[in-house]
Amino acid sequence: MADAISKTITRPRPLSPHIGIYRQQINMVMSIVHRLTGAALYFGTLLLAWWLIAVAQGAQALDLVNLVMGHPLGKLVLVGYTWALLHHMFGGLRHFIWDTGRGFDLSSVNRLGWLSVIMSVLITLALWLGALHLQGVL
Amino acid sequence: MSTPRLRPTPSPTHASIRTPLAKVRGLGASNEGTSHFWQQRVTALANIPLTIFLVWLVARYAGADHATVKAAMQKPWIAIPLLLLVLSGVFHMRIGMQVIIEDYVHGEGAKVLLLALNTFFAIAVGLTCVFAVLKLSFGT
Repeated sequence: MADAISKTITRPRPLSPHIGIYRQQINMVMSIVHRLTGAALYFGTLLLAWWLIAVAQGAQALDLVNLVMGHPLGKLVLVGYTWALLHHMFGGLRHFIWDTGRGFDLSSVNRLGWLSVIMSVLITLALWLGALHLQGVL
Repeated sequence: MSTPRLRPTPSPTHASIRTPLAKVRGLGASNEGTSHFWQQRVTALANIPLTIFLVWLVARYAGADHATVKAAMQKPWIAIPLLLLVLSGVFHMRIGMQVIIEDYVHGEGAKVLLLALNTFFAIAVGLTCVFAVLKLSFGT
């Protein structure tokens, strides 16, 4: 009897599935990405502030910004920044739909998740291809 | 003859220790109720057109020379949306980061310190951007 009780106590208790072992689903990934893009945009405002102050400061200060952001890594950050803005915006639009009480069924949730990824990536690509085209690069 | 009942008699299963005043105010334990939720939605709504504007501004003027960017930012139709974006943006991001801090930082001291730093950061970044845009607009 005592044996049985101690076995029960020492046996590892079942745990609810957590991020590490849960099968990735579009909705949970979008939730995490929404928070990550939000946090990234938070620090991304430093880039905006740096740019604006440099313009206000003069040509020399802006040249430094352009030099750093003109580097391939800088360009990657800029493309990532605009993508994060758009993705966070689409995530927010999803939340607005949910706020009205609509779109909670599984198929809507999945569709909205994929739609926000696809739209944010497509618009980011179109944006920068358009910008390159206007600059005469493409 | 029965006396009219103003509110239902609390049953053992639905007993509440909240006072009627607390229920009417609806502010909860934080004393702020759902105000952050609502402010996050209102600034989010404002941020939709302003985000589209910023994305366009960055793609259009990133890497451009000083004379071009300065001339653009001195135009009211660029300066004013930029100011609105900064104000709505830092308001929105301050609430968002507060939620992140409250979710992951559980030590009381660290939490209070980070919440204060969050406020300082939002105000400092916001004022820096506003200062720069106003300097460009008002300066000669």
